[in-house]
Amino acid sequence: MTAVQDHATTGHTISANGASPAEKAKDRRVLAILIGLAMLGLLAITAYLTYGVQGSWSYALSLRSRQVGSLIVVGIAIGASSLVFQTIAGSRILTPGVMGFDAVYVLIQTMIVGLFGASTLQLLGVMERFALNTFALMIFGLLLFRFLFRSNSRNLFVVVLVGIVLGSLFASLSTLTSRLLSPDDFLTLQTVLFASFTTVDPVLLGVTGAATAFGLLALWPQLRKLDVVDLGHDGCVALGVDYHRTVRTTLVIVTLLVAASTALVGPMIFLGLIVANLARQALPTHRHTSLVVASALIGLLFTVGGQFLVTHVFDLQTPISVVINLVGGLYFIVLLLRTDRL
Amino acid sequence: MIFLHAVSHAYGATTVLDGVDLSIPRGKLTALVGPNGAGKSTLLSAMARLLKPDTGQVMVGDLDVLSAKPAQLAKKLGVLKQLNQLSARLTVIDLVRFGRFPHCQGRLQAEDHRIVEQAMDYVDLQEFRDRFLDQLSGGQRQRALIAMVLAQDTEYILLDEPLNNLDMRHGVAMMQLLRQAADDLGRTIVVVLHDINFASAWADYLVGMRDGSVVAQGTPEQIVQREPLREIFGLDMQVVDVAGRKIGMYWHPELVGAEELSPVAVYG
Ligand SMILES: Nc1ncnc2c1ncn2[C@@H]1O[C@H](COP(=O)(O)OP(=O)(O)OP(=O)(O)O)[C@@H](O)[C@H]1O
Ligand SMILES: [Mg+2]
Repeated sequence: MTAVQDHATTGHTISANGASPAEKAKDRRVLAILIGLAMLGLLAITAYLTYGVQGSWSYALSLRSRQVGSLIVVGIAIGASSLVFQTIAGSRILTPGVMGFDAVYVLIQTMIVGLFGASTLQLLGVMERFALNTFALMIFGLLLFRFLFRSNSRNLFVVVLVGIVLGSLFASLSTLTSRLLSPDDFLTLQTVLFASFTTVDPVLLGVTGAATAFGLLALWPQLRKLDVVDLGHDGCVALGVDYHRTVRTTLVIVTLLVAASTALVGPMIFLGLIVANLARQALPTHRHTSLVVASALIGLLFTVGGQFLVTHVFDLQTPISVVINLVGGLYFIVLLLRTDRL
Repeated sequence: MIFLHAVSHAYGATTVLDGVDLSIPRGKLTALVGPNGAGKSTLLSAMARLLKPDTGQVMVGDLDVLSAKPAQLAKKLGVLKQLNQLSARLTVIDLVRFGRFPHCQGRLQAEDHRIVEQAMDYVDLQEFRDRFLDQLSGGQRQRALIAMVLAQDTEYILLDEPLNNLDMRHGVAMMQLLRQAADDLGRTIVVVLHDINFASAWADYLVGMRDGSVVAQGTPEQIVQREPLREIFGLDMQVVDVAGRKIGMYWHPELVGAEELSPVAVYG
């Protein structure tokens, strides 16, 4: 077949590991970006720990390392979970935050206070509360999976609508319940929900840090399969990847990561959206091993760097989550307007 | 051999496959033909476990498709349907490398790269290897998809309309390639084709479907005849002999009754 052999000779520039010069350049760029992000992250962490320390260094360091620890956990958990969630949802505007995972968290806390009183919430240890949250979020995640991802022809428009509707439904339920609370209960709820990162509970940090580390470890073997999930259900079946199983496993890990992040700083609805999309834009690759690392690092940069800027440079008392949600909300609207395909 | 027994499938009240019994010969090139909506794609999907039929049994070699492990079947059977959800971030070579996934779980070794390059050469796409899929023409994209299936290097290959979007030269090259895969490598290949003459010229075996049933099957000599073609397509056409191959003259109604039509008049 002459048509075929004409170009067989062009293969000579391909090296033994199958990479053309253009690919090698691309791989180098990916690596350079990852290293650059990691170094920026280290820089942000160092700046956060050491900038303008007055008085006792040991006191400042122990306080700040707990703060920065919690910001790191949040950034990484949200960055990694949002990126893989986009893949299993098959859309770049769908992240756990957008789909109402954070709203579920708020609802759970509010319900506990509403039904059993604030004292119960405080009685529950840090561990128990985290376990309860994770459990409830997983149930929500699996229900979502059942109803929305089960059918082969996922109608993304419906998924988005359902997510937004569920999110506002939970938000209204939470508001309704919180209206019925006594002022004391309400205050307790507020402190739990918008857990100030300035006084990070070391036990909570330990638990959520461990949960995040475990989540990332569990996610790693899924990442190559997630590359195939980009080809859709049929592509997965054709290549021997169990589509439903991969999506379900990933979703469970996502809920664990989201639970860790919300337990530390409360809802961060739009952070994941910004971070995951930036990672996809920055990296010229479809490989999830690189994309997830980039997204986690960008997440870290946003939380640590953002908080550093907010407290030290702009000297504001506003928590970083408020700023990020404002910026992220705007970005979400821009994305919605610009996407012709949901 | 691919073996189907009493395979039925319905979407709501519409029966799309109606108790299909079929054996597809091993090491041969089989063409699945029939009008739009006949159920060809659905049947192909059932063979490739992309679709679980309501009832019936499908065997690919000694594997029961419905109970086999996905990863095991993917090493034995490759399938190409229209993947309409292709990520825009994939380059041609990225896509073709996916074909090796069943064998190496995404960690390609030298041998995998060799097979990938061979598939790229086969479909004549080396010059586009670093292009993104959305920067290709329809035919180039189709060839990239086919290269992916070839890189999967399976004993059974199922292709839904592989000639879609291909120009004549690449269409012929594709059929020639499939022919070689069957003859030289003993692959069992099933292709859905729309052009009866491509089927007649290249396939060993023809299966004609209509309304969810197999209405005719046999060698090209048996199927490319006026009666069976009318049965399958509901179209009347003159069949002529060219160099020992049957050619259906369906392009224009005036060609139907032209008994005295000489092949030279058409092809000369
Ligand atoms: N998801 C679906 N839901 C409902 N009906 C469907 C679905 N998929 C296919 N059908 C119907 O099943 C019948 C067979 O479809 P199929 O795709 O198998 O036809 P085909 O022979 O491949 O046709 P074509 O030559 O147009 O590709 C058609 O009538 C089609 O409308
Ligand atoms: Mg079809």
